[in-house]
Amino acid sequence: MKKNWPILVVDDEDVMCESMAAWLREDGYHVDTAPNGQKALELAKAMDYAICFVDLKMPGGMDGIETMMEIHRIRPEASIIIITAYATVDTAIQAMKEGAQEYIVKPCNPQEISMLVSRILKLKKLQSENAILRKKLTRQYRHHDIITKNPRMEEILALTQDIASLRSTVLIRGESGTGKELVARAVHFSGNRAEKPFVVMSCAALTETLLESELFGYEKGAFTGAAAQAKGKFEMANGGTIFLDEIGDISPKLQADLLRVLQERRFYRVGGTQEVEVDVRIIAATNKNLAEEVQQARFREDLYYRLNVIEIRLPPLRERREDVPLLAEHFVHHISSALGREVSGISAAALKVLIAYDWPGNVRELENVIERAIVTCRNGMLDEHDFTWLQQNAGAQQNWEVPDVSLDDLERRAIIAALERKHGNVKEASAALGIDRSTLYDKLKRYEIVH
Amino acid sequence: MNGLYLVAIGGVPAKALEWIENTAAEWFPMPIRRLPPLSIPEGAYDAKRGQYQSVELMKMLAQNAPRDASRVLGVTDVDLEIPMLSFLFGQAQFDGPIAVVSLCRLHQEFYGLPPEESLLRERAAKEVLHELGHTFGLVHCADSKCAMSLATHIELVDAKAEQYCTHCGMQLVQRFASREE
Repeated sequence: MKKNWPILVVDDEDVMCESMAAWLREDGYHVDTAPNGQKALELAKAMDYAICFVDLKMPGGMDGIETMMEIHRIRPEASIIIITAYATVDTAIQAMKEGAQEYIVKPCNPQEISMLVSRILKLKKLQSENAILRKKLTRQYRHHDIITKNPRMEEILALTQDIASLRSTVLIRGESGTGKELVARAVHFSGNRAEKPFVVMSCAALTETLLESELFGYEKGAFTGAAAQAKGKFEMANGGTIFLDEIGDISPKLQADLLRVLQERRFYRVGGTQEVEVDVRIIAATNKNLAEEVQQARFREDLYYRLNVIEIRLPPLRERREDVPLLAEHFVHHISSALGREVSGISAAALKVLIAYDWPGNVRELENVIERAIVTCRNGMLDEHDFTWLQQNAGAQQNWEVPDVSLDDLERRAIIAALERKHGNVKEASAALGIDRSTLYDKLKRYEIVH
Repeated sequence: MNGLYLVAIGGVPAKALEWIENTAAEWFPMPIRRLPPLSIPEGAYDAKRGQYQSVELMKMLAQNAPRDASRVLGVTDVDLEIPMLSFLFGQAQFDGPIAVVSLCRLHQEFYGLPPEESLLRERAAKEVLHELGHTFGLVHCADSKCAMSLATHIELVDAKAEQYCTHCGMQLVQRFASREE
């Protein structure tokens, strides 16, 4: 592993270069040496050094600072450590202002230098890991990773791009499993806050007090067990976006607190007396009809309008059936490689089954269904047999053949069936049929049903 | 068969050379031979630091290496340094024939403590295994008990065992099995 982090030692004294290189090689590093700045630059052009040790004083030609600046130009990622003697510490400090990461005074303790190198490399590993993860994340949530050819969804995606860099609050509505969080991420990662945190908080899962301390943090001693000050999600999201899922489920008190944050971008931690100011974009989501909740006085009207600055309504999957094949193929590919199962695709007959199904759990349900099918699939290709259980379920729920009869006959049969199910109880049968009792009596008379 | 040569540089207690010879014989399957002692080369002393330049000692060892030497290990009682580092317990040519070990900082007396012969013997054995390990291509080991772990002060030397960890030991065995050392 250490071989992946090549090191360059630049010093005009051969003994210095070679002894230092030998010492680092014993530690497993690939080490090159250069007797002057010119040679150092040649080497740096050819090799991406992680660390360059550069002697400050090199007689003739380029000195240490010049060499450092030139290396920096070629390899901005390289960490430069200036080697100096006691007499030139001031210049070394100057070098740090010019971009050197550290300086060491020679001769230095072996422990010091070994710790310095491992500290720098630890940081580099974290940085590269971080860069990889960031790339993965943005790739994962780039808007065109939301798979669709449905015109309504395409409009929504265009909207997420338009609003990405605004700070306006967004309210996403949609049944569960329609991808509300995915859309929220698409908004965040397409905008100018993409490099900042995206913090998710589900408001339904927690009690009022717990949710309050989760959102706003708390001071030491605010309640039993609050042993130290803790930051809440709003503070964690500072500079970025907070995604409040299932916003329709929060208590009236929290609605009031949230309204204040939305208005002033300021709040108190639980048990705190000092206001905390944050710059956070809020994206809220709900599967409830908030307008109706407002009418029923279960949700504050003022908060509703504050949240509903930009509204995105996600259609359920059954209203975008054309996306089912696209999504299914995407999930087959994605899940089979994640599970390490060789499933090459999905047959046309199987897709027909999936398109016909109503997907009450939306895209999430589709994903789960595909995963289950992949796990049980035996022949490397998903076909309709892999989804038989889905048809059975659906059949039980709503698939029934409409008999070829007149409407009157259909009504007559429905009434008889309802009476049978309710064991002759007219009150219950009328309720089940959605008509009142007197209407049922009329119909019993009309169809000459003996009750 | 090519051998591993031991050579004292400057005054070195006879006992110490014996210990080192035994340690080397235990781990390295090759004849262990002694060379006549060498004196510390002129110019190795760094008056400013009151220490000796390790590089100069290694140069001298290379010049005096017999033709049939697979490895030459110098043992000295003086304090070693390189320009960059304030001291060295020893130094080796990575995957090369020359190594040197200093006993100076292995003595308890160096730290103002009463002499302890058994401790000196253990420390010397560990450092010899460490430097010779480098000459056979072993790099520093993350296992702090392994002789190949990096010791930057004496406590870390004491924390090591007088042996290689399984991983480093196996690497040596493979090396001896695959090449004519």
